[in-house]
Amino acid sequence: MEILERRAAITGIGQSEVGRRLGRDPMALTIDACLEAIQDAGLTRSDIDGLSTYPGAMFAGAPGFSGAGIGDVQDALRLNLNWYCGGIELPGQLGAVINACMAVATGLANHVLCFRTVWESTAQGGGPRAGIGAGAGGSYRATGPMQWTLPFGAASAANWIALMAQRHFHEYGTTREQLAWIALNARRNAARNPKAIYREPLTLEQYLAARVISTPFVLYDCDVPVDGSTAFVVSSRERARDLRAPLVGVEAAGCALYGRPSWDQFDDLTTMALRDAAKMLWTRTDLRPKDVDAAELYDGFSFIALCWLEALGFCGKGEGGAFIEGGARIALDGEIPLNTQGGQLSAGRLHGFGFLHEAVVQLRGAGGERQVPGNPEVAVAGAGGGTIGGCLLLTRG
Amino acid sequence: MAARSNRVLPALTPENQHFWTGGARGALCFLRCTKCRHFVHPPAPICSECLSRDLEVTAVSGRGVVYTYTVNHQSWFPGMVTPFVIAIVELAEQPGLRLTTNLVNCSIDQVKIGMPVRAVFENHDAVWIPLFEPAL
Repeated sequence: MEILERRAAITGIGQSEVGRRLGRDPMALTIDACLEAIQDAGLTRSDIDGLSTYPGAMFAGAPGFSGAGIGDVQDALRLNLNWYCGGIELPGQLGAVINACMAVATGLANHVLCFRTVWESTAQGGGPRAGIGAGAGGSYRATGPMQWTLPFGAASAANWIALMAQRHFHEYGTTREQLAWIALNARRNAARNPKAIYREPLTLEQYLAARVISTPFVLYDCDVPVDGSTAFVVSSRERARDLRAPLVGVEAAGCALYGRPSWDQFDDLTTMALRDAAKMLWTRTDLRPKDVDAAELYDGFSFIALCWLEALGFCGKGEGGAFIEGGARIALDGEIPLNTQGGQLSAGRLHGFGFLHEAVVQLRGAGGERQVPGNPEVAVAGAGGGTIGGCLLLTRG
Repeated sequence: MAARSNRVLPALTPENQHFWTGGARGALCFLRCTKCRHFVHPPAPICSECLSRDLEVTAVSGRGVVYTYTVNHQSWFPGMVTPFVIAIVELAEQPGLRLTTNLVNCSIDQVKIGMPVRAVFENHDAVWIPLFEPAL
């Protein structure tokens, strides 16, 4: 069986200004990221014949969650598209990139521009973080999947993921002192990333004393909403060889969903849908977890990154707490450097795409002060938590 | 814990009304397959186990255990009173048949995973919200 995604390569990366309450038009951020990615690949807009995004422009009810859709970008850049796809029902945010890999692998397109724009910081304003459905007024009624959580004040993924973390604590003896290291490691790496939002040191004592959001989560377990856009060019590997950027190839994709797509009916609430995507990834490559030099794993909430580490086999199931405790194994010079840009916890909630961007940066050796030592050759990017998850294994050359 | 006055209520539909109105007669109700006896939740027009379309509304005992919980401290809506306990309760009738809910009539310190609980209902117009309290 040919592993079709191996015909694809990431040939260009771009990222706009990233910040809190930038107050800029999200389309302007999107264009900044897209043009940078096209230029980075050594291409011009006339070379782009595919366009892919998550979640698309039609998403309502979550302020700033989507900054641009397919039509917006196609029109602004007047692209001639042979293939395009935007949507939210994907295997995580990186599902949009997996789609692009398949489009170039099957020949539907040669160079697919992928983008993801958020402007949640500006859109949500200066007040406290609102729950889903907040502000809809007294006549609002919960429908669909939301009817099973909203009536109980479980109005945020913070609650839904906290329920899973608490079960993990119960079954495996995981502690807050252990979980803290996802946040502390992210902050430690963010100090070396000039674009990160929070760069000042964070101590275990500060973490343990922080304001509680939903037990066992405190403020530092929750990512920080930002404005920003991230873009990639995905090309067929054949064409990528002629381009100027160092080649970063796609080795394998994970996009499976076997368990139920539900926050409370999933078969094992000590993990989540990403379990299935991670399992699939290793069926499509001869590489093993020990071959991976950098792991860029979704940390919308700290516990999600712990789940990714376990699911991808960097440690055993249930052993994530002990694995990250003290932070040495996941440090830049550790056995598996994690979230080297500072994650979404400290570098900002670019919503999945930031992890793939960082994986490419590391494989190109372009990480500057935060570069993983030893010329990393293999990196994994995983995005999504709860009911969605998807991942990509990348190789240099 | 007092009833929370600012609940977001579910929109009643023909598909979900057995669940949200059963409390009027003190019954926690689910769809159940008449062929293989599997409880189907959330409601669907087909049994996920045997693909039978012959489902009937069935009351369960309302008994279960706390599968996991979280103490929410963040006020997600204006007027939301915190802290309060959000739990996932696994019902006695079927492994994996779970509800997200609130625990009531117990202090936050009392809450433990594995704790036996039973359903009680909070009424808002036509809707009866299933909550759970410690079972003696």
